[in-house]
Amino acid sequence: MKKLRQWLFHWQQWKTPLLPMKRLNVRTKAFALTVILFSLIVTIYGVGILIPQKAVATDFAHAKQPPSWQHLFGTDNLGRDILVRTLKGMSVSVTIGIVASCISAVIGILIGIAAAVGSRFWDSVINWLIDLIMGIPHTVFIILISFALGRGLKGLLAGIAATHWASLARLIRGEVLQLRNQHYITVSRRLGKSGSWILIHHMLPHLVPQFLVGLILMFPHAILHEASISFLGYGLPPEQPAVGIILAESMTYLSAGMWWMAVFPGLVLVLIVWLIDQLGENLRRVIDPFHAQE
Amino acid sequence: MKNTVKQIVLLFLKNSIRMLSLLFAVSIISFALVSVSPIDPVQQYIMGIGPVSEEQRAEIEAYWGLDRPPVARYIRWLSALFRGDFGTSLLYRRPVTEIILERFQNSLVLMLCAWGVSGIIGFSLGCVMGMNQGKWQDRLFRKLCYFLSSVPTFWLGLVFLLLFSVRLGWFPVGFSTPIGMRNSEVRIWQRLHHLALPAFTLSLMSFSDIALHTRQKMIDVMNSAYVLFARARGEFGWTLFVRHGLRNTLLPALTLQFASFAELFGGSVLAENVFSYPGLGSAVSAAGLHSDVPLLLGITLFSTLFVCIGNMTANLLYGVIDPKIREAQS
Repeated sequence: MKKLRQWLFHWQQWKTPLLPMKRLNVRTKAFALTVILFSLIVTIYGVGILIPQKAVATDFAHAKQPPSWQHLFGTDNLGRDILVRTLKGMSVSVTIGIVASCISAVIGILIGIAAAVGSRFWDSVINWLIDLIMGIPHTVFIILISFALGRGLKGLLAGIAATHWASLARLIRGEVLQLRNQHYITVSRRLGKSGSWILIHHMLPHLVPQFLVGLILMFPHAILHEASISFLGYGLPPEQPAVGIILAESMTYLSAGMWWMAVFPGLVLVLIVWLIDQLGENLRRVIDPFHAQE
Repeated sequence: MKNTVKQIVLLFLKNSIRMLSLLFAVSIISFALVSVSPIDPVQQYIMGIGPVSEEQRAEIEAYWGLDRPPVARYIRWLSALFRGDFGTSLLYRRPVTEIILERFQNSLVLMLCAWGVSGIIGFSLGCVMGMNQGKWQDRLFRKLCYFLSSVPTFWLGLVFLLLFSVRLGWFPVGFSTPIGMRNSEVRIWQRLHHLALPAFTLSLMSFSDIALHTRQKMIDVMNSAYVLFARARGEFGWTLFVRHGLRNTLLPALTLQFASFAELFGGSVLAENVFSYPGLGSAVSAAGLHSDVPLLLGITLFSTLFVCIGNMTANLLYGVIDPKIREAQS
């Protein structure tokens, strides 16, 4: 007991130099974390992309095996390794998430600027449109769009892109409205600068950080939506191993006791979404110094 | 007093008009989306009944009015809607209104339970976090909330199903009633037994939002001048919470909870699919997968109405109950 107390005392004395992160200020720490998280995500993503299609071939000799050292996550009903399938599926889901949120974020910033810069009529039209998008439950709306485009990858992308821009547009609109009343912008206008010149030179530098952070905070939502919609059976064809499809397949084998088919792919999904979410939070601290100390 | 009543009526009318315009727009958009779909409903219908000759196929198309241009079809569909006729579901071969009403009862019970549970848990957690800002309770629960927001609902449902139904056998594996029993024979506790797991899953999805929001509000309240004055008078702990914290955070929380109907419905689609619960959510995904156009359109409109009613309640609550806002408007 005495030894333990001694050790604890020493640890408290020395922990500061031992853990260098503690000594850094908030933004430097956030920057370091951003780099670490980013490389981690890129590594997982790269591994998923580089895995050849051969590795997920069916192998009935090893079907329905629980987790072991050979197959860390076990194998599914067709003898495919679930770890390999999950990593490959994650890279598909992340790609869809990124592409869809990029499209959505561009729509968001354009509509947001249009609402704030245009006339009052357009502003109210756009507000009404945002209400409309938020009025239909997202899942139902994505199902509808996916149906309209004949299901498949295209429908999934369009569905996610069409439903996620509204909150960013609202944010950008507020930001532009606030900027418009700033003194330096009024002065600039009095000096005879055109609206587009002011937009590019005075407003965009403020909007780009907002845009980037909004974009990255959109990724986790988009990836979760991708997973849930492909879980429902829309989106990708069954031979594309998206995470949602692996989880949907696992539903059939739940009562057979094949718990590893459902638990592990989901855990990887949670991990990736959480990592990206943390990346966004840290990046926000780096980009947006006003709120960094919270 | 008379002024207040007038204001409530005005606010109600304004919101109703907005709601109707949104519903109208949704009807146009959803109809347009379904019309451009390359998935042929006639083909899907024929697949269900076996081989059909060309003439019979043309007859089916004429019967459904598919030979007419989309705008004419839309007007026909809309005028039928006003008469309360949503068409007949291809999947269940019954009128859509009947299916929606029957399944909405199931969904409503599920969503109401989840809504209530998530509201109570979320609000209490938010209060605990806000009153203890920066202490271990705050940090622990905040981490939990952030973590839960990156967990997909349907996966959580799957894990619960594995753990509580398959492993431990505490709850049934799916459906809203025991298999092989008539609806009239089912006891209320059996229904609750089937409801517990999906409702719990659904409530876990939405409580982190309300908790974090309440926490922020509570912190704002605790930093205000009137709380400083109350503390100076010697109030602390529970009394301070009930007299100042609770009163000023309850309304925003309630408003947010009413405004979250869209996410609630979206979550119920997933939860119902995982637990094979016969509600609107499982019906809408089945309708989309089996190209059941009338049902898909009907549920889309109905869910929009549901969300709009929630939003309208939130608006009215804010405008009517809160004296600060009521007086600011007049």
